[in-house]
Amino acid sequence: MAQISQDNRGLRLVVRYSVLCLIAAIFSFPLIFMVVSSLKPSEQLLADAHSFRALLPVGDISLNNYFDAFKRAPVALFVFNSVLVTGVTVIASLALCSVAAFAFTFVNWKGRDLALTVILATLIVPFETIAIPLLLEASKLPWIGLDGITWGWLNSYRVQIVPFIADGLTIYLFVQYFKDLPAELIEAARVEGASWFAIYRRIVMPLSGPVLATAAILKFLAMYNQYLWPIMVTQEEQYRPVMVGLQYFFQLNRAWGEIMAYLSLITVPVLAFYLYLQKAFIASIASTGVKG
Amino acid sequence: MAGITLKGLKKSYGTAHVIKGVDIDIEDGEFVVFVGPSGCGKSTLLRMIAGLEDISAGELSIGGKVVNDLPPKDRGVAMVFQSYAIFPHMSVRENVGFGLTIAGASKAEKAEKVANAARILQMEHLLDRRPSQLSGGQRQRVAIGRAIVRNPQVFLFDEPLSNLDAALRMDMRLEIGKLHQQLGATMIYVTHDQVEAMTLADKIVVLKDGMVQQIGSPMELYHDPANLFVAGFLGSPAMNFLDVDVTAVNGSKVLVSNAALKPVEITAKVGGFSAGGKAKLGIRPQYLTPVDSGGMLQGRIALTERLGSETVVDLTLGDGTRLIAALARDAVFPIGADLGLTFDAAQAHIFPQ
Ligand SMILES: Nc1ncnc2c1ncn2[C@@H]1O[C@H](COP(=O)(O)OP(=O)(O)OP(=O)(O)O)[C@@H](O)[C@H]1O
Ligand SMILES: [Mg+2]
Repeated sequence: MAQISQDNRGLRLVVRYSVLCLIAAIFSFPLIFMVVSSLKPSEQLLADAHSFRALLPVGDISLNNYFDAFKRAPVALFVFNSVLVTGVTVIASLALCSVAAFAFTFVNWKGRDLALTVILATLIVPFETIAIPLLLEASKLPWIGLDGITWGWLNSYRVQIVPFIADGLTIYLFVQYFKDLPAELIEAARVEGASWFAIYRRIVMPLSGPVLATAAILKFLAMYNQYLWPIMVTQEEQYRPVMVGLQYFFQLNRAWGEIMAYLSLITVPVLAFYLYLQKAFIASIASTGVKG
Repeated sequence: MAGITLKGLKKSYGTAHVIKGVDIDIEDGEFVVFVGPSGCGKSTLLRMIAGLEDISAGELSIGGKVVNDLPPKDRGVAMVFQSYAIFPHMSVRENVGFGLTIAGASKAEKAEKVANAARILQMEHLLDRRPSQLSGGQRQRVAIGRAIVRNPQVFLFDEPLSNLDAALRMDMRLEIGKLHQQLGATMIYVTHDQVEAMTLADKIVVLKDGMVQQIGSPMELYHDPANLFVAGFLGSPAMNFLDVDVTAVNGSKVLVSNAALKPVEITAKVGGFSAGGKAKLGIRPQYLTPVDSGGMLQGRIALTERLGSETVVDLTLGDGTRLIAALARDAVFPIGADLGLTFDAAQAHIFPQ
């Protein structure tokens, strides 16, 4: 008996790890291909594409594509713009949506369920359908800046940030998570004299590490991959993000090596963010003892 | 001073009426226990007092002030929850001092009060631990510590001991009793456990279906239950009820009998009996004594439980009714044998049917 179950466990482990390795391989192939290709001249890149050499840094390897990419487009500016817009939006969105979800979950007020339903209903509205009206609105909005009141938000960072701060999906994620927090924790804090804001800051947020990480990743990806909206609202290069910058490499002569170099570069912030969150995620679970 | 008055208190969830008009007067410093079957509204009533549930109708005052619309933090109450509700991300010290932190107390004041609470509850050595490193009993102490540190006028406990094992429950029960004496605060305590209710309470409130059945001291309720429900709810094993025929009524004296019971005169505490009618006769198992001959009741032994200090005998009467007798001291009764029993008519209760 014992012998059999032991063998079983070993076999199960082998199967489990094989499956995990396979999945990991499937997901890493494109990344490896991208980085490897970015080191090859375009002709060799295309020639290698049909063999396993596509995944190996062999042949005429150099960083030339990277230099050329920088020459062709203001890569640093695009990355800066995207990181700025994405970072500000992620932080503002987590703050705003978690407060909203808190009010929807813990505070009793008239019309609460209706309001939440309306917000959740926005999840099924694709952005493309509201893009044009939104553009018209944005072009007319006032802004108070250093030079007094100006009209129109086009060609700015704010027009890429503000529309995406409040978002139904993020609110929904927080609401779902908050519902699973033990209600008695909130009640105990209320009886102990805590205001709603104190409960939010001292009880709910410290226990929300897992959902903060999840919502941050989703928001980060959505914002970093923005293409349609920035192309509509930024005519000036100064405010353009990375995905719009990709266009520069498809004009005139198309150089696949440079494209791969550019893509490798703009992937760096994403990887850095993932690694950071992974650490924060594990730390938050370890310190609270609340399982996500 | 923080007496509490509930006047016609009601609570409904939509069309579900959970609390149906409750009047209770609680004096300052009193220890009041709410008991009742599961779902009768004990927790709801307690949460209404805490301010965690809205009051649908009626008036609630604490310390002479109507607090219906005050949020929990302005009612001067502390609450201990069944699940302890300790904040998992804070150390024991931070948990106990939470109310003081919120109130903006100085570091020194907080340190002193937390240390004091820890001393009362004998948990000084636990202060730097995380809740996940505590046993159930220790968590319960932390929850109580968090409640006493603000020195509130009123303590509310919702089945605080139900997650503990029997031995620990008894320890904590004694400690809560001691705490009440030390602090002299008003305490309201919800429980399923009769022993907790009987030993801790100055006053017991028996609830059923959102209505008060009886309010009184433990002994009043035990000796003078106002109705069948209270009579059957308090006491262990539960009171025996026999369906009897009323043969004569003379003032408060009611003569009853049935096929298995010889005629006996009982003094009724309530009215509503008439000769030729039916009634329920209640006899506590402890008041039955075996006799060799001439017993008032005759039954066949179906089961016996020897607990050492007493022997619980389960009998079937001639008319098929089940009767439990709790006989003092250890004794051996053969199963299947006939047993004659007698009881003190002054300790029996009669309720109209
Ligand atoms: N939010 C709610 N909506 C509708 N009904 C509710 C709600 N909360 C409680 N109830 C109902 O109110 C009644 C009383 O509940 P309560 O929790 O006060 O019972 P209890 O006496 O504390 O029971 P227990 O001893 O099991 O804890 C129950 O029938 C319950 O179903
Ligand atoms: Mg309850």
